[in-house]
Amino acid sequence: MNLTEFAVPIEYYIGLSSVLFFLGAIGVVLRRNPLIMLMSIEIMFNAANLALVTFAKAWANNTGHIFAFLVITVAAAEAAIGLAIVVVVFRKRQNVDVDEVAALKG
Amino acid sequence: MIAFWILALAMIASAVFIITAKKPVYSVIGLLANFIALAITYLTLHAEFIAVIQIVVYSGAILILFLFVIALLSSGTKAFDVGPDKMPKAVLPAAIVAFVALGFVLVGTLRDKLGPAAGVVTATSDQTGTANAFGSVADFGASLFSINLLPFEVTSFILMVAVIGVVLLAGDDTPARKTGRKEHNRESIVKRESITR
Repeated sequence: MNLTEFAVPIEYYIGLSSVLFFLGAIGVVLRRNPLIMLMSIEIMFNAANLALVTFAKAWANNTGHIFAFLVITVAAAEAAIGLAIVVVVFRKRQNVDVDEVAALKG
Repeated sequence: MIAFWILALAMIASAVFIITAKKPVYSVIGLLANFIALAITYLTLHAEFIAVIQIVVYSGAILILFLFVIALLSSGTKAFDVGPDKMPKAVLPAAIVAFVALGFVLVGTLRDKLGPAAGVVTATSDQTGTANAFGSVADFGASLFSINLLPFEVTSFILMVAVIGVVLLAGDDTPARKTGRKEHNRESIVKRESITR
C-alpha cells in the first residue's frame, strides 16, 4: 500500500502535536479537578509521542518508535501513581480539590 | 490529506472537550475519542505497532484505571466535587506568552523544511505491510531487543518501582489488622493523621 497519494507534510503533524501539547498545558493550569489534570497530562504525553513518531517517519529510523513505546510505559506508571495519590488524598480528607491540598505549599 | 485534517479536527475537538468538561466521566469519553484518533494517525505514519500499543495500553488500561478511580471517588457518602475553576492572576500573561510561543513554533515548523524526506511524509518503501517493513512488529522488536535493550530493562525497573509505590500509597492495611496487631495499627494511623494535620 502506497500512501503517497495523500502525502502530508510533516510540519502539519508537528503543528498538530504542538497544538495538542498546548491544550494539555491549558488543562493542567486551569482545572482544579486532579483527574482532569491527569488526563491533560496524558494529552501532553500523546502530543510528544505524535512528534516522536512523526520524526521517526521523516528520518525513516525506528528509534522514534522505541522512544514512543518507552514514553507510553512511563505514562502508565505515572497515571497509576498519580491516581493512587488522588485516592489517598480523598481517603484522608474527603476532598480532592487541588487548591485545598496545599500542605507542601512553600 | 483529507484523513489528516479529519483526524486533526477530531483530536483537537476532543482535547478541548476534555479540558472543558464539567465531570471527569465526560473527560474520559473525550480522552477515548482522542486516543482512537491518535492511533489512526499513527497508522497513517506507518507506526502500526505503536498504534496497537496506543489502543491496548491507553484505551485499554489507563482509561479503565481512570474510570475505576472516578467510580471509587463518586461512591462515597459525600459527592466527589470540587469548587469552581478559578483563574489565577498569572494565567493571562502566561497564556499570552504561550500563544506567542506556539505561534513561533507553528510558523517555524510550517515554513522550514525538516528532514531529508523533503518535508513530506511518504512511504519509505512500497513494501509496507510486509513482514520486515518500517514500523512493523519485526522491525520494532529487532531494534528494541538489540540496540535498545538497556532502556527496555530500565523501563521494567520503573514499572516495578511504580507498582511498589502504588501499593505503599493506596494499599489497605486491613490484613495487618486481622493478625492481632490492632492496637499498634490504630496508633500508627493516629500518628500518621496527626502528622498530616
